[in-house]
Amino acid sequence: MKIAVCIKRTPDSESRFKIAASGAAIDETGLKFDMDDFAGYAVEAALQLNEKAGGGETVVYALGPDSVQESLRKAMSMGADRAVHLKADAVPADGIAVARALAAELKAGGYDLVLFGKHAFDTSAGVIGTATAELLGVPCVTAASALSVANGKGEARRELEGAAELVEFPLPAVVTIDEGVARPRYPSLKGIMAAKKKPLESKPAQLGTIRITVQKMELPPERPAGRILGEGVAAVPELVKLLQTEAKVL
Amino acid sequence: MANVLVFAEARGSELRKVALEAVTAARALADASGGGEVHALLAGPPGIGAQAEKLAAYGADKVIVVESPDFARFARESLAATVSDRAKAGGYRAVVLGFSSQGRDLGPRIAARLDAPIASDVTEIAVTGETLTVKHPGYANKVTMTLVITGSPVVLSVRPSAFTPRESAKAGTVEQGQASPASGATVTVKDVVEGAKGRPDLGEASIIVSGGRGLKAKENFKLIEDLADAFGNAAVGATRAVTDDGWRPHSDQIGQTGRQVSPQLYVAVGISGAIQHLAGMRTSKTIVAINKDKEAPIFKVADYGIVGDVLEVIPALTAAVKAAKQH
Repeated sequence: MKIAVCIKRTPDSESRFKIAASGAAIDETGLKFDMDDFAGYAVEAALQLNEKAGGGETVVYALGPDSVQESLRKAMSMGADRAVHLKADAVPADGIAVARALAAELKAGGYDLVLFGKHAFDTSAGVIGTATAELLGVPCVTAASALSVANGKGEARRELEGAAELVEFPLPAVVTIDEGVARPRYPSLKGIMAAKKKPLESKPAQLGTIRITVQKMELPPERPAGRILGEGVAAVPELVKLLQTEAKVL
Repeated sequence: MANVLVFAEARGSELRKVALEAVTAARALADASGGGEVHALLAGPPGIGAQAEKLAAYGADKVIVVESPDFARFARESLAATVSDRAKAGGYRAVVLGFSSQGRDLGPRIAARLDAPIASDVTEIAVTGETLTVKHPGYANKVTMTLVITGSPVVLSVRPSAFTPRESAKAGTVEQGQASPASGATVTVKDVVEGAKGRPDLGEASIIVSGGRGLKAKENFKLIEDLADAFGNAAVGATRAVTDDGWRPHSDQIGQTGRQVSPQLYVAVGISGAIQHLAGMRTSKTIVAINKDKEAPIFKVADYGIVGDVLEVIPALTAAVKAAKQH
């Protein structure tokens, strides 16, 4: 199968964040960046699907500044065959603009399947994959927690609020990947060496008009320090009293 | 003056709570833009029209009822086409929907079809003249972003529980609408597997009791269930460690990679408070933590903490909550 995976580079989610002097971005000093977690699941899912199919091509795409090439190389060290970098000074906050740039690029690719993470950690918006599918005019399954493909047809599972949905779809299609589909492999030394020689094409992204901009970023207020009421069963009556009189939830 | 269209989410023939939240957010937006109308699009299987009154009670001036047997299940392509066709025809300032599993799926489809900008998971909406400004928590709730959106219409998906449904009785004139067909190949729903019955969804519950590794064994989750029962209409959640170990289904996971919740009361039982977990629950109104390690990070975010063995404390708490509810 010919599979494209669109990935994003995001800061380590365990970081403590600070706001940059501009007030409209995070301070990147000292932050570790890597392929986003959900993008990692998507790359792994693509590799496993092609391994199972006994061949095919996995192509990774990323939009953004030159630093995204590091994540594209990582995807190739995991096993992707080649990479395409759509150059932009920054990833805009307007997901539709990004989807437009990706769709323009993917349209002529002849892909059976295009995978995305269900959202990226930084913006947590989950717009780009689904919007790209819409612009390509192909079916889209969002937030798949299980995925299989056979005979030109895909099957997936989606977690809903208090239920799960089992779906079927024809190819070509777009699927956005939730946790649970596949744990990303660690690149082997051999894979890392091989990735250095794999083709990475870089060209400008066709973003068009951008209609959403970040005006401000701020850290949410800290929760006021809590109270430890006491130890063991003896503290239970005090807790229940406070839930009634102070928190008023009982 | 600007009218706002709401996608009033239903599952099967039941209206979702997030539909009323979306109507409330849309009502505020219409009022702030000089007093426009709120039109709620209610799509579902035949009979869904019976829910129209509820939407009117929360501020819908008009309810567009679209009944089709196809909408008994989540017919995503047809729903997206139905909403975007209506949005095009009606000249709306904004389309508002919930950031639920349906809304996350439909929002970008509708935006792409309308060539409109979309802001997801919005917690606040402000209007200044022609400019719309929204707040959206990013970086797993660790950073609040303020976004400025230009152009019209815009699509806004609102975070569940961020907008408390507020009654604001309007006429709620009912109009029958037509479903738009999907334009190409579609996703087919083969089956819907229902989760545990009798409990509210994590995103909709006002009380959540959640368990972690501190419970020591899968069987001990019974204590969490019992405490949730004592509170009444409470949901049960879990940490990633617990769902990874198969003690609970993945859908119960609260955290950065799982569900993000903001109930009135969150009771964390045997949960140390890893960043992964805190990202999913730190916006809860009141947090209670019970853990044997008094240095556990959960106590830094908890309003009330008890240090102790959860296997002893929880049965006592369950009994005390039951007794308190009887008064």
